[in-house]
Amino acid sequence: MEKARDKELLRVENLTKIFGSGKSQVKAVDNVSFSIREGEIVTLLGESGSGKTTTARLILKLLPPTSGRIIFRDRDITHLSSRKELVNYWREVQAIFQDPFSSFNIFYSIRRVLNNAFRLVSDPISNEEKERIIRESLLNVGLNPDEVLNKRPYELSGGQKQRIMLARVLVIRPKLLIADEPTSMIDASSRAGILNLLLDLRKTYGMSIMFITHDIGLAYYTSDRLFIMNNGRIVESGDAEEIISNPKDPYTRKLLEDVPVIHRKWEL
Amino acid sequence: MGNLLTAVNLRAYYRTVQGEEIKAVDDVSIEVREGEVLGIAGESGCGKSTLASVLAFTVIPPLYVVSGEVRANGTNILALDRETLRREIKGKYISIVPQGAMNSLNPTLRIRNFVVDVLKEHFPEISKEEALQRARERFEALSLPPRILDAYPHQLSGGMKQRTVTVISTLLNPKVLIADEPTSALDVSSQKIVIKLLVELLRRQIIKSVVFITHELPLLRHFADRIAIMYAGKIVEVGPMEDIIFNPLHPYSKLLMSSVLVPEKGIKSKKIEAIPGVPPNLKNPPPGCRFHPRCPSYIEGVCNTAVPPLIEIKPNHKISCFLYGGKDGES
Amino acid sequence: MKDIIILLFRSKRFIVGFVLFLGVLSFALIGPVVNPKNPFQMVGGLFSPPSDKFILGTDNLGRDVFTQLMYGTRTSLLIGCTAGVIATSIGVTIGSIAGYKGGIVEEILMGITNVFITIPSIVILILLSIAIKTRSAIVMGLVIGITAWPWTARAVRAQTSSLKTREHIDIARITGFSSLEMIIWEILPYMFSYIFMAFILQFSGGILNEATLSMLGLGPFQTVSLGVMLHWALLWEAVRTGAWWAFIPPVICLSMTTFSLMSMNSGMDEVFNPRLRRS
Repeated sequence: MEKARDKELLRVENLTKIFGSGKSQVKAVDNVSFSIREGEIVTLLGESGSGKTTTARLILKLLPPTSGRIIFRDRDITHLSSRKELVNYWREVQAIFQDPFSSFNIFYSIRRVLNNAFRLVSDPISNEEKERIIRESLLNVGLNPDEVLNKRPYELSGGQKQRIMLARVLVIRPKLLIADEPTSMIDASSRAGILNLLLDLRKTYGMSIMFITHDIGLAYYTSDRLFIMNNGRIVESGDAEEIISNPKDPYTRKLLEDVPVIHRKWEL
Repeated sequence: MGNLLTAVNLRAYYRTVQGEEIKAVDDVSIEVREGEVLGIAGESGCGKSTLASVLAFTVIPPLYVVSGEVRANGTNILALDRETLRREIKGKYISIVPQGAMNSLNPTLRIRNFVVDVLKEHFPEISKEEALQRARERFEALSLPPRILDAYPHQLSGGMKQRTVTVISTLLNPKVLIADEPTSALDVSSQKIVIKLLVELLRRQIIKSVVFITHELPLLRHFADRIAIMYAGKIVEVGPMEDIIFNPLHPYSKLLMSSVLVPEKGIKSKKIEAIPGVPPNLKNPPPGCRFHPRCPSYIEGVCNTAVPPLIEIKPNHKISCFLYGGKDGES
Repeated sequence: MKDIIILLFRSKRFIVGFVLFLGVLSFALIGPVVNPKNPFQMVGGLFSPPSDKFILGTDNLGRDVFTQLMYGTRTSLLIGCTAGVIATSIGVTIGSIAGYKGGIVEEILMGITNVFITIPSIVILILLSIAIKTRSAIVMGLVIGITAWPWTARAVRAQTSSLKTREHIDIARITGFSSLEMIIWEILPYMFSYIFMAFILQFSGGILNEATLSMLGLGPFQTVSLGVMLHWALLWEAVRTGAWWAFIPPVICLSMTTFSLMSMNSGMDEVFNPRLRRS
């Protein structure tokens, strides 16, 4: 496998997010620190309630942190105020979400979703060029542009919709893609296609990807490094191969003991 | 060891308001044997949950059993009247833990009220104390803390709720327990505990067999004796667990197993294959073999003209695929 | 869109309401065109009963009641419509901003809304009506609209809050949409049916509010409306003198208008909220 380049792309320092106040406050993300390099694929692994989704939303700037810093390409982007700065950030950091059905506005056609992506592209582009890029992106995700462009979301399957989300990512070409459970709501038979497309993003465009999932098998298959989260904290992080064969933290150990694998049978 | 349940040529369809039929279970024949864990696996929409409802006799409109039989002790249970079904079969011979059961517990009732209701339903003469005592004994025997009985559902974790619901559904010692995706919403550790419970229930002979419905094949590897793979309303392959997991024969089973991702050495270098296309529309399934439009081994003129029969190619291993025979009615 | 219209026309309630409303509307709009008389002109005897000459007789000043009814219905509809548009616009604007922004913005806006809800609107209406020097139909509509928006705002806020959690909102945000664009393009379309129904209810409420105000003598100047007709009937003791034609027709017109609007609303509810549909 290609050795990841060493240049740091994203660094998160002591990131904390607290919801609510006083007695009923919840520390969803507790002093989390990690970094992602260019061209690297990592997974933030944890069960539901571990804080992984909140961490992702903090990085996507959908949510302001309570404390801590987020540094992207050597710029501190923890507090971005102007719309222009945010747009510049989103040009480089994008996402694909879990539910293909609610990722689309049912009132508009597929074409609109892809067209909107050009809002993030800075240089002026002619309409013909936009059309060409859209068609090319759709072809690259295995979809026929003429078959899907004018359709409404409910006319397409979950797998097709996730592919369109990937086509949108191809139009934008961010440096970092956050994939939040991208295949958990897709049929098993369509899953491989989506995963392979995601992995190709790194191979072809050098995109860094951060998966957010509870699926250890998926994390192991796709990622160079893993960050295991539990109760808002990162309990273990490191090389995926290393963690799987030699977990150090008791939580990670228990996780790996309890996950159903194929060759080592459980003792029940 | 005999068969506790035998489904023969079952067809169960959903009828829509517009008068269309969704062929969710389309000519399924399977038996549930005494002492075994039978896993029924498939993707969402393959009909496995519908099959579970039919086997558990919880079929309500718009789902209708169109044809076929479910036999137990020689009688076709589907032909029994509602009252006999309710008194003799449901909960007593067959019990089901439906999908999402743990979230359907009445949030305003303590668990013990629920337990008493269930027991009184079948033994009207039983007193509340007797019912609770029975429940307590059962909980203890299965290493579940009896304090659960005094709790409200929201005070219990997901894993606890699922175990509670499972134990309650076996209070009447049913012969067959059907569990529909009991662990999908649970974390990995709770999942293992629930499966341990099922195995324990079987070991102690509290129940005589388990039918486990899931979309996760790796789970079945650890405790199922036989696995049936369903696709588009039909069973495409059924055989011993080791065969299905390590040497699946049907093209769909093969593709399904090859797309399984587990954290084990060797997975990283595996290139998982995508299955082109999408599962078929059950209103108008493709002619012949349901899988033929997506099958890498498709034979023109054969696979699209007739439905391959489920034939036994090895002892205890049946498959529905023309690659293994069944053409021209051979079996 | 087309399927929605087809479904609507399958609903009996909607059809009944729609047809009835069309009837009222044509009476109010086409009537004066076909029969252009001056409702204020004194043409007959005082309180003369319905006859061949005057279908609905005359009022206390000898004016044709039928003509009054036509023009009056038109005015009432105009006021109701204006009130509906104003109330719905203010309610949707405040509600969607509060629901989408959340935080302190939501607190402030909902605080204002709650204040408005607790003050009885009829009191505000009366005070405003007295304070304003000119009382044309439009101004009346405005006044009524300004007091009727709170409950729309509340409902829209609740809907917006829940719609905000859908993932297409997140996608739009990370595509650089501004809050305003998000509300207009991503959230409002999902509430369209609700907003439309709210408008119908505000329309109907506006007509009734106008009737109430006018009956109290706070109606529009120099215009006839259904409420004004009732006011005259009360003032000139049509009830005591048994001149039923001076007040029964406006009451019937009012009832039919509001009933038709409510019926349409009920039909729309069936279509937009399928839970209520009988299978």
